[in-house]
Amino acid sequence: MKLFLDLWTVVAVVAGAFFFFAGTVGLLRFPDSLTRLHALSKADNLGLGLVVLGLLPQVDSVSAGLKLVGIWLLVLLSGATAAQWIARTFRQSGTDP
Amino acid sequence: MIEILNFGLAALILGLAVWAVVAREAPAAVVGFIVYGLLLTLVWLQLQGIDVALTEAAIGGGLTGVLLINAAVRLRSTESTARAQRPSASTRWLAAALSATVTGALAICVLALPEPAPTLAPEVLANIAVTEVGNPITAVLLAFRAMDTLLEAIVLLFALIGVWSLAPDRAWGGRPGLLQQADPNGMLDYVARVLPPIGIVAGIYIFWIGADYPGGKFQGATLLAAMWLLVMMAGLADAPPISRSWLRWLLVAGPLAFIAVGVVGAVTAGAFLSYPHGFAKTLILVIEFALMPTLTLILGLILLGAPLRGEAA
Repeated sequence: MKLFLDLWTVVAVVAGAFFFFAGTVGLLRFPDSLTRLHALSKADNLGLGLVVLGLLPQVDSVSAGLKLVGIWLLVLLSGATAAQWIARTFRQSGTDP
Repeated sequence: MIEILNFGLAALILGLAVWAVVAREAPAAVVGFIVYGLLLTLVWLQLQGIDVALTEAAIGGGLTGVLLINAAVRLRSTESTARAQRPSASTRWLAAALSATVTGALAICVLALPEPAPTLAPEVLANIAVTEVGNPITAVLLAFRAMDTLLEAIVLLFALIGVWSLAPDRAWGGRPGLLQQADPNGMLDYVARVLPPIGIVAGIYIFWIGADYPGGKFQGATLLAAMWLLVMMAGLADAPPISRSWLRWLLVAGPLAFIAVGVVGAVTAGAFLSYPHGFAKTLILVIEFALMPTLTLILGLILLGAPLRGEAA
């Protein structure tokens, strides 16, 4: 059981790291601001989510696990808001710096 | 493995510091500075300084970052003219020489420190029982070096007065910041309704737990101020006019309570800011409770800036 959980942690955290890596590559390589935002929010949502899911079997108390999930939810909320806000500012100003 | 991480962190921080200095555009330099603050937070965590890490994240990266963003936005219109006036070569060499001298002097001081560095930490741990608080940082800030904390709170008040003194005459006594239109279907409106309950609980938790674990009033007050600003940014509430007497009283209530406790100590325990035996924790909590609303208001109002509008909502 322990081995299985450790294996799950390794797989999920590596998958999360892959999303962060892909998001960073997208941020650097995509042609315009909206697609760059898209790449960035993928990294936040999926990357951090997978890292949190991977770390869950390793926590030693329920409250620590809840805190991890809470952090993920808060990052989801703030990341989505910031992305929406930036995208809307681009649309309203009509420019794409 | 952890050495590689530390080395990478140090290299990143040095690189970001250089980037923030040489960046041509003010917004880019500000972004560099904010990331620099977040990485410093990680460094403090690595050094086991969790209290300092929390403060760095809240005030060094967060609050100062927002202040600098506001400044960069304000300077945007003057930036091209400022860049056109390139200082002469001799001025720039002089500035470079001065910076290099300061850096060199600091480096010599740090490298000349005796090994192990002089520390009062063992004495703090030997005497912490007198204060009845569990977190040595809180014991230092509010018992052994309470004077420093009192002056810190008063300095923040002076900073706010400095910000207010930039107000144009016609707006004096009015509301700071720009009027925000609420957009009931907007994303910001949603977040400003969902996040504050969570943020307020987290802020009070960080404040309350500060007596025994890392945390405290500064970090908690920063979170509360952030929630207040979020609500104002979304247009759900307007900033109070700075002429309101309840606002002015709350702004001085914290330092006044602190000084009152100090005077009580002078009468009952023989020295300003010393606590009578057995009442240390109670008095520390009184000071913390009195400072919390004051700090929240001061931090929020400093970020809002000088009053720009009349009293009318």
